[in-house]
Amino acid sequence: MTDLNALHYTPEHEWISIEGDVATIGITDYAAEQLGDVVFLELPEIDSAVTAGQVVGEIESTKSVGELFAPMDGDIVGVNEAAVDDPSLVNSEPFAGGWLIKVRVATSELPAGLLDRAGYAALTGGSL
Amino acid sequence: MTEGEFPTTLVVGTVPSATLASADRRTLMTDSLPTASAATPEPRFTPLRGIHESLGATFTDFGGWQMPVRYASDLAEHRAVREAAGIFDISHMAEFLVTGTGAGQLLDYALGGKLSTLAVGRAKYSLLLADDGGIIDDVIVYCLGPEWYLVIANAGNREAVAAAFAERVSRAPIAAAFSTAPIEGVHTFGGVVGGDLARVEDVSDSFSLIAVQGPRAGEIVAGAAGVDAGALTDLGYYAAAQTTFDDSPMLLARTGYTGEDGYELLVPNARAVELWAALTEAGAAFGLVPAGLAARDTLRLEAGMPLYGHELSRGVLPAQAGLGRTVSFDKPDFVGREALEAAAAGGSDGAAGSTPETAARPVLVGLVAEGRRAGRAGYAVFDGETPVGEVTSGALSPTLGHPIAMAFVPPSLAGEGTVLSIDVRGTKVPATVTALPFYRRKK
Repeated sequence: MTDLNALHYTPEHEWISIEGDVATIGITDYAAEQLGDVVFLELPEIDSAVTAGQVVGEIESTKSVGELFAPMDGDIVGVNEAAVDDPSLVNSEPFAGGWLIKVRVATSELPAGLLDRAGYAALTGGSL
Repeated sequence: MTEGEFPTTLVVGTVPSATLASADRRTLMTDSLPTASAATPEPRFTPLRGIHESLGATFTDFGGWQMPVRYASDLAEHRAVREAAGIFDISHMAEFLVTGTGAGQLLDYALGGKLSTLAVGRAKYSLLLADDGGIIDDVIVYCLGPEWYLVIANAGNREAVAAAFAERVSRAPIAAAFSTAPIEGVHTFGGVVGGDLARVEDVSDSFSLIAVQGPRAGEIVAGAAGVDAGALTDLGYYAAAQTTFDDSPMLLARTGYTGEDGYELLVPNARAVELWAALTEAGAAFGLVPAGLAARDTLRLEAGMPLYGHELSRGVLPAQAGLGRTVSFDKPDFVGREALEAAAAGGSDGAAGSTPETAARPVLVGLVAEGRRAGRAGYAVFDGETPVGEVTSGALSPTLGHPIAMAFVPPSLAGEGTVLSIDVRGTKVPATVTALPFYRRKK
C-alpha cells in the first residue's frame, strides 16, 4: 500500500514518489475522479529526455483530456505498459498500479512548488 | 458555456485544437480543476440532490444546474443502460403546459412540426424555430388530451423557450395567453384547461422528471411500488399516459435520450424522492444503476441524437442537422416557414438550383475512426490538407470500442464512405463518413 503521506504532489494533480534518482509519477485520485473513466493513455518513449513543465503525455477519459506534465528534468526510464493496455488502472489504483512514468532525474533537488499531502488536500478542498 | 451543452470542459481541461500551440496549456490543468464546482454563482439543485450526494455523485454545472455527471464509473453506467437499465435525474429539464381550445393551433404556429393532429397519448419530437429558420430549441411534445399538451424543453433553453412562447401567443392567429405562474392546486394534469384561450404555462419549477432507460426498464417501472403497472400495458414507443404514483398525478412517457427502450416519469417535486426510491428498489433485481450526464451523453451520441449547443443552434437550419422531416409545411403559417422555404428554394441541400453560397451550407454527418483517440467537440475536420468542418460531439464509443463523432461538413463530402480526417490535437486521424445512428438497439 502506497504511503500517500510520503508522496510529493504538484498543483497539476500529479504525484511523485522518489527512490534514489528515479521519480515515479502518476495522477492523483482527485484528478482521476474528476476525469472519469480513463480510456486512453499516450505516454512518452523510453529514453526520451524531458524537462520540467513539458507536456509528455495525455490522459483521455470518456468526457475529457488531461495532460501529463513532466514535473522534473530527466530521462524517461519507464512507462506503465499495463496501464496503457488497461487505462482503468488509473481510476482503480491511481497511486499504485495506475502509475504512469518513471523519470531518472538529473538532480536530486526537488522542484519548487511541490505540495505535501496536507497542502494538496487543501488545494482540492478535500480532507485527508 | 453554451446554453444546454454538455460540459466537455468540466474537468482537467479538454484541449481544443486551437490551443495546441499555446504557451498557456499548463493553466488548463491548474485552473480548471479546483474551480470546476464553482462555475456558477448560484447553482440550482433538483429535489433529488440529497440522494445524489448520498450515492457519491460527482456534480457538474449543466444549464445552470448542478447535476450528477457520474456516480462511480461512467463506462459502467453506460454499459448498464445498454444491457440492463439506468436511472437518471433529468429534473433540470423545462416543462411547459399548453392548454385550451387553441392549443394545437398555437403549437402548429410556434413549432416546426404539426402538433394539432397528434393523437391523445402520443409524443412527437419537434423544433422551436426562429424567424430565420434557426433552431432555438428541440423539444418533445406530448398530447395529453384534446386541448392539452406538455412540452419538454432543454434546461439551458428554458428562458429562450419561455420568451418565444410568450411572444408567439400574441403573434399566433388565435387568442392565447402566457403565464409563468405555477399552476395552483394541481391534482391532475387535466386540471387547468385554459378555456377559450390557448395558454402556455411554465411549470418547470413544479415537476421533477426521472428517466429509467434500458432493456429492463419496463419491468422495473411496472414493478415499482406505487406505480400503476396497468398504465404500461399497450403503451407504445413515443406514447404517454396520465397515471398516478400513489395518489399523485404522474405522466408516464415511453421516451428517452439513450437509444434504448425506456420511460420518463414526471411527478410533482414533492414526490420525486419517493419515486426514485421506489424505482431503485424495484430495479435492484434487474441491475438498475444510477447514471449521470457523462453516460447520458455517450449514450445519446451512439444513438445519433443531437444535443442542443452541439449539433443544434440558432445558426443551424433543421435540414442541415438531418431534421428536415420534423418540419411540416402541411399547415398554416408558422414561425420560420418563410426562411425555410427560401432556403429550400435556394437548394441548401445542394439540390438543383443551388447557388454557391447556399450549396455550401454544411450538413451533419457521422464519422467513425479506428484506434482509441477520439475527435471531440470543436476539433477541425479535414479533407486532405483543407479544413472543411468541425466536430460537434465526439467520444470513444463505449459500446463500439472505437471513436465516433458527429460533425458539420460540406454536402459534397457528406456521402457515406467519404474518408476525411479529424485533427486530434495536432494529429490527423482518418475518419469515415457513416450513416447515423452509430448504434441501433435490437428490437
